[in-house]
Amino acid sequence: MDMEMKMEISESVYKPIVEGDGQAKVDVKNLAVYYSKFRALADINLSVHEQKITAIIGPSGCGKSTLLRSFNRMNDLTPGCRVQGAISLDGEDIYAPGVDVVDIRRRVGMVFQRPNPFPKSIYGNVAYGPRLYGIRRKSDLDEIVEKSIRQAALWDEVKDKLHQSGLSLSGGQQQRLCIARALAVEPEVVLMDEPASALDPISTLRIEELMQDLKKEYTIIIVTHNMQQAARVSDYTAMMMIDDQRAGRMIEYDRTNTIFTRPKDKRTEDYVTGRFG
Amino acid sequence: MSHFAELMDRNRVSRGRQRKVANATMLSLTGLVTALALIPLFWIIGYVLIRGGKNINLDFFIHLPRPLGMTGGGVLSAIEGTLVVTFLAALFAIPPGVLAAFYAARYPNTPLGVVLRFSTDVLSGVPSIVVGLFAYSAIVVPMGHYSGLAGGAALAVIMLPTIIRTTEEMLKLVPATLREASLGLGAPEWKTSLSVLFPAASSGIVTGFLLALARAAGETAPLLMTTLGNERFDIGQIFRAGVQGHKSVFTILWSIVNQPVDSLPLALWKYAQQPYPERVQQAWAVALVLMLFVLIVNISARVWIQNRSRRMKG
Amino acid sequence: MQKSKFSSRSRSGSLPRLFQHGDRPWRGVIILISGLVIILMLSIGGMLWVKSGGARSAFGWSFLAPTANPNWDPVNNNFQAWPFLFGTLLTSLFAILFALPIGLGIAIFLAELCPAWLRTPLTWLVELLAAIPSVVYGLWGIFIFLPQVVAPIGAFLGDTLGKVPLLGSLFTGPIPASGASRLAASLVLTIMIIPTIAAVSRDVFLAIPGSQREAAKALGATEWETIWQVLIPYGRSGILGAVILGLGRALGETMAVTMVIGNSIQGGVSLLQPGYTMASIIANEFAEAVSGLHTDSLIEIGLVLFIITLLLNIVARFLVWQVARQTPQEVRV
Repeated sequence: MDMEMKMEISESVYKPIVEGDGQAKVDVKNLAVYYSKFRALADINLSVHEQKITAIIGPSGCGKSTLLRSFNRMNDLTPGCRVQGAISLDGEDIYAPGVDVVDIRRRVGMVFQRPNPFPKSIYGNVAYGPRLYGIRRKSDLDEIVEKSIRQAALWDEVKDKLHQSGLSLSGGQQQRLCIARALAVEPEVVLMDEPASALDPISTLRIEELMQDLKKEYTIIIVTHNMQQAARVSDYTAMMMIDDQRAGRMIEYDRTNTIFTRPKDKRTEDYVTGRFG
Repeated sequence: MSHFAELMDRNRVSRGRQRKVANATMLSLTGLVTALALIPLFWIIGYVLIRGGKNINLDFFIHLPRPLGMTGGGVLSAIEGTLVVTFLAALFAIPPGVLAAFYAARYPNTPLGVVLRFSTDVLSGVPSIVVGLFAYSAIVVPMGHYSGLAGGAALAVIMLPTIIRTTEEMLKLVPATLREASLGLGAPEWKTSLSVLFPAASSGIVTGFLLALARAAGETAPLLMTTLGNERFDIGQIFRAGVQGHKSVFTILWSIVNQPVDSLPLALWKYAQQPYPERVQQAWAVALVLMLFVLIVNISARVWIQNRSRRMKG
Repeated sequence: MQKSKFSSRSRSGSLPRLFQHGDRPWRGVIILISGLVIILMLSIGGMLWVKSGGARSAFGWSFLAPTANPNWDPVNNNFQAWPFLFGTLLTSLFAILFALPIGLGIAIFLAELCPAWLRTPLTWLVELLAAIPSVVYGLWGIFIFLPQVVAPIGAFLGDTLGKVPLLGSLFTGPIPASGASRLAASLVLTIMIIPTIAAVSRDVFLAIPGSQREAAKALGATEWETIWQVLIPYGRSGILGAVILGLGRALGETMAVTMVIGNSIQGGVSLLQPGYTMASIIANEFAEAVSGLHTDSLIEIGLVLFIITLLLNIVARFLVWQVARQTPQEVRV
């Protein structure tokens, strides 16, 4: 269900930086994203805190995925895509000219909506990333593969069949395999684009538990259309909506607690209480 | 520092540069290779245009070949022969091809449909010379002599799988709603097929047929053992003789197809290997005619498809 | 009296429609024609089998067996087909060897790298290569390609690789001045089958879901690493199918090969020597075949050609079909 609300382009009711714990790991300043002539995102300002889970919520089509994909420059792959503004990772703009995109993508990993393991063995899937970066010795790879699969809470299920095809696993297991694969290159930030939406409820819960463990080491940004999930899992929540030119904007950003109990913006309140979207 | 970062850091920068260089190199290589593969195309077309063009004149088109050692003369027999044989091929291949395609498109999952698709695949892979052998055994031997009829039949066998496949694909592209609308109005199956589906798919079908025709016109191998070649072949003459002798139209037509005929690809093959320079020059001219025919058909087919899809997008 | 509209709304193949006016003969016609097509296919194989009976019973398997001193003797009615079998296999395999990297490179360029506006014209140009008639390739081969390219290359290879032990036996002996040789045939065949390999491989790449590319890129892989380490393994059975289809085409190619290969039964194993292929001997000798046994032997060669291409065709279709099956239907991003 998605509904566009007629919006006035007034000042948004949020503060860009939430005072309190941690410093900004990823800082978004005045971000706008265009697909050829069409502006998909406008005036996005956001500070993502280190080793916390930040959720981006909003009705369908409001640009959540576009925003997420800006963090690891996956939008570059779409022809005609232009970016204005800056996204800083540890203080350095990832869109600055001369930036090594390949390195950005290692530091900012991604898990996709539908599991997409390579047609390789389980071991081969997880070892793919490290091998790209020149890690060759079997003992090194073994160690990295085991560590990553354990972190993805998958080790007990696959430790005896590492050389079977990754496609032989169930949907939930494949997704955890993809998480392990992303973790194997030791990213700093992990992006998750509706990671559990293609999975059954039990697998979903396991992934949510997994996220709580992962945040101890990684900064996690998750896009979800499932509000309850955002409420359960995240520390901070950003609410997005689309304006009457169909550009996505950030409406409110605050601790999850606040967003869901005392939201400052009426539109946020309407959304989280289920009055629409 | 984490273990991974340690492992990586050792040669991070140089490795990163290595990967970038490898990436740029290999990607450029693919572009290069594409350009490389197109060189023969322009090379061949270029030479055929130049050397063929030098030797083409009106005589070329309207005269029969002269005996070796004499200059002048043309390839009228080959041109007429090609027309006869290709026309026959189309006549033999199109009706059955289209009909079979109707079955394949409508009933793909019946046993007959599966075997039909398999047969079409097999037929499309049979080397043209083997088709020639088949036509020889099946037609030339019983008839007792080489003929344009046998050549047309051989070429028809070569064209058939292409026609079936293209027609089937075009029929499948027709939206199901069109078919349902016709049936829903009470039209019987056969009428739906012929007056609704076929016209809707017709431009694609025609394109497929044109491409198959272009291919058949350039085939030589099957003709070696079916039409043999005949430098005296002259339809005009046959026609006049027939009229003078008060023969019926059918007899005249029959005598046209019932004898060995020449053809452009055959002529090319013969002339290219003869030690007489005039013949070789004529070979280039024949090549030019063949190439132009093939190119024109291909370009028209393309343009037709572009046009149609543009019109359909409205 | 027509049945009501509602009963004529049919599910596919439901029985009542068949008996409407005109439907039964229609269905009968198309079934009959389809049957005829199938019979045609069977007849070709059958005819080849039957008509080669004379040669098959006269020579048995020795007809095809490798031999150092092959005999192809219309006068004494002694026929051995090994030189042609060898020539066909050698030229076709080398053609595949050269055409595979080129065809694959083209497919990668067209599917992954080419800017959209260039894609259609380039694809069409590559297809045009396949549309040129075989005899025209032969003509160009004899007078242009062989003297200008093959002869010099052959001379060079003979001087260099020809001296290397073991491998050198493939490159021994001076290449004829005209350039007519198995090398010439291989190179011309290469050009002719590149479009086949490129077109089928391109389709294979386009069928690979975009999510695979995304997964690799998100891990930091470069474009080439994605193609080489993820896409090609993913599509390998389809690419193999493309190769086999190309091989099938090369095996049956007649005119261009005949015009440039030199048509000689002697000649050892070297690429630089003139050779002969199965298709060529049939093309050259059939019209003037002297005896029944001569004709039968040529037809038996045709039978062998038929069976080989039949098998290759089946394997190739199966492989290409496999790629389509393993891919979930997904729109490419």
